Amino acid sequence: MSLPARAVTLLVAFLAVVAGGVFVVIHYLLGGPPTVDFTAGASGQVNMTMQSDASSNPKVVTDHPTWVSYFIKSPQTGAWVHTTLFNVPAHTRVNVTILGYDGSTPIRNQVWGHVTGTIGGVAYYGGKPVTTVNGWNGPYLIQHTFAIPGINLNVPVEAGPGTCLTGPCTNKAHSTTTFSFMSPSAGVYRWQCFIPCGLSFLDGNGGPMQTIGYMTGNMTVVS
Amino acid sequence: MAAAGEAAAAPAAGQIEPRHGLRVFLIWLPLALVADLVIWFVWGPHLPPGGMSSSALSQQVDITVMAVMAAPVMLVVFVYSGYALIVWRHREGDDEDGPPIHNNTRISGAWIAGTTVIVLSLFVYGTVELILPAGAGAGEGNTPIWRPSGGTPLQVQVIGQQWRWTYRYPQFGGFETTDLVLPVGQNVQFNVTSLDVIHSFSAYQLGVKADANPGVNNVAYTHTLHTGAVMVRCFELCGLWHADMTTSGQVVSVGAFRAWTAATRVQLAALTSNLPPYALTYDANSIKQLGKAFTSVGLTGAGGGYYGPQYPVQP
Repeated sequence: MSLPARAVTLLVAFLAVVAGGVFVVIHYLLGGPPTVDFTAGASGQVNMTMQSDASSNPKVVTDHPTWVSYFIKSPQTGAWVHTTLFNVPAHTRVNVTILGYDGSTPIRNQVWGHVTGTIGGVAYYGGKPVTTVNGWNGPYLIQHTFAIPGINLNVPVEAGPGTCLTGPCTNKAHSTTTFSFMSPSAGVYRWQCFIPCGLSFLDGNGGPMQTIGYMTGNMTVVS
Repeated sequence: MAAAGEAAAAPAAGQIEPRHGLRVFLIWLPLALVADLVIWFVWGPHLPPGGMSSSALSQQVDITVMAVMAAPVMLVVFVYSGYALIVWRHREGDDEDGPPIHNNTRISGAWIAGTTVIVLSLFVYGTVELILPAGAGAGEGNTPIWRPSGGTPLQVQVIGQQWRWTYRYPQFGGFETTDLVLPVGQNVQFNVTSLDVIHSFSAYQLGVKADANPGVNNVAYTHTLHTGAVMVRCFELCGLWHADMTTSGQVVSVGAFRAWTAATRVQLAALTSNLPPYALTYDANSIKQLGKAFTSVGLTGAGGGYYGPQYPVQP
């Protein structure tokens, strides 16, 4: 091989390695789900709507469409965003509505069937107040929980009447869980589901339970 | 000239080599005494994890004893090194080799005897310190061999789950809460278990640390001595939010503890009625109500149970 050919080969190989490194950094380290912002134009209180789905439309969720997942409705566009990251202003009332498009998953620890940290210590299933739900015997069935341990918030989310497999879903067959809480001081607060709902993962843990963008994420409180 | 040079290099007639060993010892002794007194009386009382409980206090004393033992050894090295650098430093015009080193039985014997005494005494001390404070706050497994004396201890079940600790009080109706509250002046028995993966319960200021394994009851004891705040952490890498698996607990007065248990028992009555009967471990497959719930919705696996063949386990 001639000297110019060797030089070109070396240069191409070097550029390929650099391109690979850049791809890894951008795709895996800097990438991730988007953040839905509820701070812009917030006056007095924030209204946040989410939905939980048994699985997702593979055209929308390309990474793991078979995983159970939350979606958040963008207040700016009204579109459903596949993410579990959101911003809210500090010391503000946050009104949450979760549309349940997933079926029941029995709760592992009944402690997470107890509503804590909400305004009034109560959540509402279709408008009916609940404070403690038996996740094993009913009368209500639970699919997931929405919990922010840093502020001792825990709300069991009512199971839907059916299961939607192509989230984000817009059909009417869903449960509606509502509650309100006061956002704390500025900071990043993780939230998660406490029902190990990672179907086919060992003991229900792993997969969506361990991945931001599916069943856990961050609430960033902005001062 | 040659004869004159040899005469200059040779030791002067009648010159006696100083007793270097005695010198080093006399320099070392006051330094070691001062260092040990400072460690024991000044530094020791401020060493972690403090004195909030018997196990924490014993750990603090143990670290102090280790420091008291280590300081003189460290000073021997420093003093000897400094002495050698100063006294036996290279001098102008002295190019002569040092004398050949032969075995010194007294020094070798003293070294072996000294290190043996130090190591064996620390071994005996460490063993005693593990036994006397009832396991020194460490998990002793399901059948602890070192138990505290003085009546039935307060039972607190510590339940780890991704990613939060909950605490169950079987002597107060079996309520389960996310708050760790303990009375002062009381023997406490922690029964530590997990609902999912391996965690490790560490109540830092209490000097208590016990692994939380699913299907296993790991017992640790302590005796609370002072009121104050306790930081609880997970010390076993357990997943995405391991670093965030922290809670704060409290050691309060006996009166405050009684008031708290009475109020919490009433407040959580509805939740307590939903809990499975108190047990040392909670296997999802042995909790009847949970099994029925799984069957009713046609699920296995998710929720903590084992999977059927229709759900191959993914890594």
